[in-house]
This record gives sequence, C-alpha cells and structure tokens, in this order.
Amino acid sequence: MNNLEPRMVNETIITPGMEPPVEPEQPTGAAGDLTDELLHADFWSDDLVARAGIPVVDVPLVSVGGGMGSFVLCDWLRIAGVPTSEIKVLSATETPWETYQYLASSSQVPEHERLRSDSVSCPDNIWGYPSYAFREAFGERSLSKIIAPLWNVFTEPIFTDYFTPRSGQVFKGVRREADRIGWWSMVEHGQVRMVRKRDRGGYFTILTPPSGTTPTKRVAYRSNWVQIAVGYPGLRYLPDLQEYRQRHRDYAHVVNAYEPHTHIYEELLLRPGTVVVRGSGIVASRILQRLIDDRDHHGAQTTINHLFRHYIREPHGPNIWMRRPGGNGWAYQGFNWPKGSWGGQLKFRLERSEGEDRKHLLEIMGGTTTPKRKLWRHQLARGKREGWYREYIGEVTSVEPGPHDTVVTKINTSGGVLELPASFIIDATGLEADIKQHRVLADLLEHSGAGRNPLGKLDVERNFEIRGARSGTSKMYAVGSSTLGGYYAVVDSFLGLSYSGLQIADDLANQGFCKRIGSWSSVRNWWLWSFHRELPGRR
Amino acid sequence: MTPTLWGRIQTRIFLIGVVGSIWTLIITPVVPLSAPLSTKYQGTFSVLGVVLVVGLVWELVWHFFQQFRWEKDWPALFALAQGVPEGIAAWLIVRSGVVPGKPQVTLMAFLVSFVTVWLVTWIFVTGPIRVAFPRWRFFGGRFF
Repeated sequence: MNNLEPRMVNETIITPGMEPPVEPEQPTGAAGDLTDELLHADFWSDDLVARAGIPVVDVPLVSVGGGMGSFVLCDWLRIAGVPTSEIKVLSATETPWETYQYLASSSQVPEHERLRSDSVSCPDNIWGYPSYAFREAFGERSLSKIIAPLWNVFTEPIFTDYFTPRSGQVFKGVRREADRIGWWSMVEHGQVRMVRKRDRGGYFTILTPPSGTTPTKRVAYRSNWVQIAVGYPGLRYLPDLQEYRQRHRDYAHVVNAYEPHTHIYEELLLRPGTVVVRGSGIVASRILQRLIDDRDHHGAQTTINHLFRHYIREPHGPNIWMRRPGGNGWAYQGFNWPKGSWGGQLKFRLERSEGEDRKHLLEIMGGTTTPKRKLWRHQLARGKREGWYREYIGEVTSVEPGPHDTVVTKINTSGGVLELPASFIIDATGLEADIKQHRVLADLLEHSGAGRNPLGKLDVERNFEIRGARSGTSKMYAVGSSTLGGYYAVVDSFLGLSYSGLQIADDLANQGFCKRIGSWSSVRNWWLWSFHRELPGRR
Repeated sequence: MTPTLWGRIQTRIFLIGVVGSIWTLIITPVVPLSAPLSTKYQGTFSVLGVVLVVGLVWELVWHFFQQFRWEKDWPALFALAQGVPEGIAAWLIVRSGVVPGKPQVTLMAFLVSFVTVWLVTWIFVTGPIRVAFPRWRFFGGRFF
C-alpha cells in the first residue's frame, strides 16, 4: 500500500506547489536572502531591500498563485490590452490547472468525468459563450452526441440534470487560451514567501525561485498592484481521523478524499471489504459513485457504510421563499451556491449585507450540498434495496484499530453507541484549514494590515481589494476560497473567478492601468477568440 | 439566467426594443399579409409594442414565480415557454382594438411576427448578449 505520510504535514494536505506550513525561517546571512530587519519590518524601503542584496524586478502587476485565479485575471487584462511585459505571475505549479486537476482527480473526477460546474462558467472564455455544452456538441460527429448536450442545457434543470463539462475539456480549453494570451511568458516559477508594503507606495513580493536557477536565494518584485490567488489555504482532516492517523501512524486505511487514495479501490477489487464514507457533499457523492461503479462494472463486493452527521429528510430553509430541496440525507443544489448568488438577486442581497447578517445569509445559502443527479440517486436506492449501502446518522466518538486489519468507528446515535468496523475510512467532508496555514496569507495578516471577514477568512471589498492592505495609492487584491465570507459568495468557482477578475480589471481600468472593456472591444475580442487569434502585446 | 426585477425590465426593453425591432425590420416584408408595406410595418411594430409594454407587466409575474425557486434563477426553458401565455395575451390585445392605430393583423401574420421575434430574442439572450455586454450576466441582467 502507498505510504501517504509525506503528503500530510500537521493537519494540512499538501497540494501541488503548496509549501508545508513551517516555522519561520531564520535568515542565513548570505547576500540575497531575507534579513532580520526585513522579516520584522511592516514597510520596506528600496534601500532596505538593496542592503539585503536581493535583486529587484520592476513590474506593474504581480499575481501570486499561478492557478485558475491568476489565469482568469490575466485573461481579462490581456483582453483589456495589457501587454505580457506588465504582468508577472509567480507560480509554484507548471500549469494553471495543475492544483485543480490534482484535487479533481483525487476526489474521483478524472478527465473523462464531469465536474460540478455550469456550462457557461468558462475560465478560458470571459463571455461564457460558446458554452461548454455548445463546444462539446460541435466537437462530436454523430447526430445524437451533437444533440445531447444542447438538449441538456435547453431542458435543465427541469427535465434533465444540469449539464456539467468534463474536466478534460476545461483543462484543454485553458491550455489553448493560455497559448493565445501569451500566459507562459508571464510566469516566473518559485515559492512566494511574502508580500510587504513599500514605504513609498506599492509592494514588494518575495519569490524563492527553484534552487540554483538564480544567483540569489530570493528575488523581489516591486509592483503597484498585487493579486493574491493562492487557492485553498489548506485542506484538513476531521479531528478524530487526524488523531487516529497520527497516533497509529496509519495513513493507508484512513484517508481524505482530496489525497491520492487509489490503493483503496485497487484493494477492494481484490477482496470484499467495507468502507465508511464520511460527508454528504459533492465529494462524498463522487466517492460513492466510484465505489458503486467498481461494484457494477469490475466485480467489487464492497459494502458501504455512509455516515451522516446531519441527515436531511426534506426541503429546508427559513421560509417558503428560501427553501432548499433535500431528502435521503442530502441537501440538493446544482452547484456549490444557488445560482442567484452568481449574479442575481441573492448576489445583490449579499452585497448589501454586513457582519452577522452576511454570515447568516451565507449559512443559509451555503453548507454541504450535492447535485440531485439521477445516476447517483438510482445507485444509492439500489444499494439500499440490495443491502450493500447502509446509512448511519450520528456523531463519531472515537476511531480505533480493530481486529483483522480493520478500523472501528464508534458513533453516538439516537439508539445508543454503535461500532462500525471497516477496511477503510474515506473522509469526504472537505474541511478547509485556517487561512493562517498559508504562509503568504499569514504574513499578510501579520504585517500588511489585512484582516478577517465574518467567516474568519481574508477580508476583501466588493471589488476584491484586501481591506487595510492599501499602500499609498497602490492596491492589493485577493480572489478564491480564502476570501469566502465577503460580499460575494461564489468565490471558489470558475464563475466566481471570472466575476472577481472582471471586478479587478475594471478597478485597474479606473486607475489607468488598462482600458475598460466596452461593448465594441468585447465583440472584437470575442471574434479574435473565436478564430484563436493570438493577442498582441507579447514578448 | 439569474435576473433581478430591474434587470428583467432593462433586458426586456433592450431585447424587444432593439433586437426585436431590427428583426421586425427585416422580417416584415415576408410576413403573410395582403397589404401595402407601410401597413404591414404598422402591424408588426404594433405587435412588438404590445409585447414590450405588456411584457413589463409580465416580468412582474415571472419575477414573482422566480421567488419560489431556491436557486432564484430563470431556466432557459422557462424563458422560451413564457412566450406561450405572452403570445396569447398579445394576440387578444391586438384583436381587441385597444392598440392605438387599430393595426390590421391576421392571425398568421401575428404568428410569424411574434414567434420569430420571440425565438430570435431568446437565442440572443441565451448567449450572444454576453458577447456585447460581458457584465450583463453578473449584474442580474442590468445594463446600468
């Protein structure tokens, strides 16, 4: 079996490009490294950086992350006429989709499977037109395959499930758009260590390039604007599972759905086994589908014990106007937030809310949900009938090693304490780590005036500027899941990244960095996109 | 689509007033009506006017129904299907003689005019509108 230990540090699952949370580094004293003075100063002067011997690169805009959030903003800015020489993307990953692909693939969404994302949420196309459904249709040759996705988007969600693109289609599209906008020439590889304010306005972003690629250990990027797009600050294990893993040093029987765990499926094909699945969101659905597909198509004899902490029996919500569908334990929702929060009336309502009101509204709209897909409902109903899928409701009191290489989950149920022995436990709850687990975010909170929003994440304005982090007239922005709890709910989605990219691009246009994309420019650029014409302004 | 009420109203005015008008200018000569071209234009644009003005009231109705939806969205199928009650109401209004100028429109002429306008505007709003107005979808269908 795989030893997964190296991929987990403390309570955080390490994804591609992510540095494990570590103790603050001590300055080495070598030229070109951080000094004590730099580490402790909230504001850096040009002189201070020069004294440390760190080379400085001047560029108007720096994007920290290099994933989908960076990519979508760069797409907007390139379309708004910004040349590639005016943007630096500091990235620890090779491609913008690497981390996303890693998480999707681990949670059992390989390239041929479909994501939980809308047809018009296109990170490779700022207009969302043609949608993924159209593009899938036009890529097919048989009439039935051409019609199927079009019929799907025409009748969804009334007569069909929502259309969702295959993950492979998304990655392919992003690669194509990356080539078109000259993405690769904007990227500098390495680990971003911190972003600090410059005493005369602007920011310094410290990059640690791969060892041996630069004369100094660090390189400083001096810019007017910074975008923080670091993705998940980290993914956590449930505390009881974390405790089990650490105490018994067993990283094979108890896994998180977001870490590679194909050994479990392989093992279950070899001999019958029992799996405890914890969680009732999209990831749990996908894991259940994989387990059942293996039963149906590859002869696995797996028994599934599905553990719910909160069992949803019916539609729920505060009133008739806000009632989410639910049943069979699940809260049903097409996507991770109701569509009205993407750009409709729920979005405007959230934008007007503050503090506890906003938190309350986010709690109503958010939470753990899964799409009501016919395939999944049929699979689970069949499993219940045939006795190999069982539901349990309760709170876990402990997880202990059991006889015959099993792990026993003890749960408090309404009928007393229950013991569930299993060959494997898959944690599909998708707990997120605190933003302080991410070194760049922790540094921002400590040194750059950034604060927390009502959900404890990074506090941003409606235009995604980080509150308190302005430096002179320069601004720092943040996008993605680390900003959840702000005025926009859908931050952790392709559509949300498009919206935040637009908001930032418009704000930068107001500051004179680029042109505001008007109708004429939009149509013209869509035309260029349609014919895959490379954008000007490339190096 | 995820419209707000104000977005619905703005979108309706734009779709019928601009896209519908351009389409009506094109289609009117082939509308089956035995009348001079000016009379035909008067008829088709009267239909368009009714769809626009009465449509503003319809939007209140549709928005009310939208409130029962958890997602607070308006699926494409709904946007197409709302053409049925709207079309019937528009025909009854045109027939009733309350429309200024009392346009002469046969049922066939009405159907060709209304159905094609409805289809063209529906197709436009399900995609191409975002090309010309990239912010439209993020702001509840509002232009301003």
